[in-house]
Amino acid sequence: MPASFSLRSLVRKELMLRKTRMISGLLVIVLGIGAVVGILTVTRASNRAVSAQLDALGANILVLPQGASVSDYYAADIDSPVFPESYATRVVTSMIPGVDNTSPKLSRRMTVGGVAVVLTGIVPASEAAAKPMWQRSVLTGADLPAGCAPVPAAADGKSGCPPAKPERMRIENLGRTEALVGAAAARRLRAREGGSVVIAGKTFSVSRVLPETGTVDDGRIFIHLRSAQELLGAGRVVSAIEIMGCCSAISEGLLGKLRNILPDTRIVTINHIVSAQVGTNRLMARVSVVLALIILVVGSLSMANVMWANVEERKKELGTLITVGFGRRDIYLLLFSRAAALGLVGGVLGYLLGTATAMLAGPWIADLRVVPVAAFLALSVGLAVGISVLGCWLPARGAARLEPAAMMQDP
Amino acid sequence: MILLETAGLTKVYGRAHGEVRALDGVSLAVGQGSFTVVTGGSGSGKTTLLLALGGLIRPTEGQVRHNGRDLYGLPERELAGYRNRSVGFVLQTFNLVPYLTAAENVMIPMLLNGHRPGGRRRKADALLDRLGMADRRDFLPRELSVGQQQRVAIARALANDPGIILADEPTGSLDRALAADILGVLSELHRKDGRTIVMVTHSNEAAACGDRRHRLAGGVLS
Ligand SMILES: Nc1ncnc2c1ncn2[C@@H]1O[C@H](COP(=O)(O)OP(=O)(O)O)[C@@H](O)[C@H]1O
Ligand SMILES: [Mg+2]
Repeated sequence: MPASFSLRSLVRKELMLRKTRMISGLLVIVLGIGAVVGILTVTRASNRAVSAQLDALGANILVLPQGASVSDYYAADIDSPVFPESYATRVVTSMIPGVDNTSPKLSRRMTVGGVAVVLTGIVPASEAAAKPMWQRSVLTGADLPAGCAPVPAAADGKSGCPPAKPERMRIENLGRTEALVGAAAARRLRAREGGSVVIAGKTFSVSRVLPETGTVDDGRIFIHLRSAQELLGAGRVVSAIEIMGCCSAISEGLLGKLRNILPDTRIVTINHIVSAQVGTNRLMARVSVVLALIILVVGSLSMANVMWANVEERKKELGTLITVGFGRRDIYLLLFSRAAALGLVGGVLGYLLGTATAMLAGPWIADLRVVPVAAFLALSVGLAVGISVLGCWLPARGAARLEPAAMMQDP
Repeated sequence: MILLETAGLTKVYGRAHGEVRALDGVSLAVGQGSFTVVTGGSGSGKTTLLLALGGLIRPTEGQVRHNGRDLYGLPERELAGYRNRSVGFVLQTFNLVPYLTAAENVMIPMLLNGHRPGGRRRKADALLDRLGMADRRDFLPRELSVGQQQRVAIARALANDPGIILADEPTGSLDRALAADILGVLSELHRKDGRTIVMVTHSNEAAACGDRRHRLAGGVLS
């Protein structure tokens, strides 16, 4: 036997004695916590996916061909619609205030060296800045600002425009026969800097392999817009213009002004793009809160039931403990420890169940890569311990008030 | 010197449907170092009296005094402390915790006060040794004979070295030889340790051990 016998070993031994009943009593808690953790984990992954999408976009306004959807743009299919490149010039020359950066792009899904990639033509100097400024607000579920991040007004002296701190490298020079290869694409193509790739029969030298970003950019090959247009035989067209607009300008009607000069396009803000997904995620977060509340109630009732049965079954034993000097407080401590131990086990199992389910189901139902969130372990254990202690309250009170005489009488 | 005393002790059970007056104005004085025996037939109120002496049943009327202080006037916490340190119970049904070994059962009362874990184990072993149970320390109750179970229960009653042993039909579940055996143990606790013993029993044979005898009938002491 272990060196020391304590109240804790008493609780442990009693629980081990009734293992199967303990496990069945835990079922509600495990399933409930599992559901909450599962939903939260998927939601978190989905939020990350949205952020990654935003990072890849690197702009807060997207000009698309009329009738094109944002997913068309990301799909970059062969029949995705396009519009004239001159539209970008129109924006630049219009001198509309609040346009920080204009970056036309032509994207097309294609196969290079047997590997599926997205070929993206860019105009070097304009391909500047992905400011990951939406990421934080999306992750925390905070309200998404209207197409723009909340930037402290005096961050760099100028009010209105966010200070430009490009995350992506500013691409000043990109020769007509040079290519920038995304990390994932480079891996699959076995392309190295200084090497070359053959795209639609033309050889490009790999001037850079881009660092891993965790976004769709990783699967892209960037070449000069001109080269892309020639390769695809598409003429002077682009599939989108990404525009970085100043916060204040957007709220002061920048979109309307852009629509005036680009009437036959579809102009969307970052807000439009992600609002559906963010909305879903927010709904999921709310569902998980409601679910957590339901579980709190149902789990507590189930735990109360388990603990009632336990007290009933142990009447004689509890009476004995009272006889040898256990007071009300000691009986509470004994039964609450038992409930807390059950909660701890239930919380850990529930976390594992929820996380495993999310990791299996995420890629399958939502095409999401789901990673475990360690912080949810604390959440589930806390919730489960709370539930079981709550459920234990009344039975423990009943036990502490048991009339010893009723228990001492011969069976 | 009076160690334990009841005055006009009355206990009425079951107010809702038909009252049972289990004790009716019982006044009993238990002297320090005595072996007091209360005999009576089944249902005469013996167990009720013993539980009341042990701080386990709040009387309907009257008092139980230990060293002059009114037990049921104490806060709950102190009453529990009285049960833990001042008295030891030996019951007809032993009341051992089924999933704990003999030694662990003996250690239960020690969990509530300042014993160090190692000290608990040593004390439990010593008590089990004294009761001839040295080779059964790590047995579960179901692995013990009834006589052995009662010895473990007595060892547990002695865990915190109480001055008073309260025994309710301690031989009621035992055959003749074992009963004599257990009575021998109680007598020894009385003679050698000078402990005060209160035993209630329906058996006249058991009653012979006592040096003070009382009779209980229909809740009335004579
Ligand atoms: N918890 C109880 N509720 C109601 N009546 C009880 C209870 N315990 C004992 N009694 C009644 O009180 C009387 C005395 O019981 P008890 O003290 O157990 O007697 P004894 O131990 O002498 O057999 C009996 O009539 C019994 O039925
Ligand atoms: Mg009785």
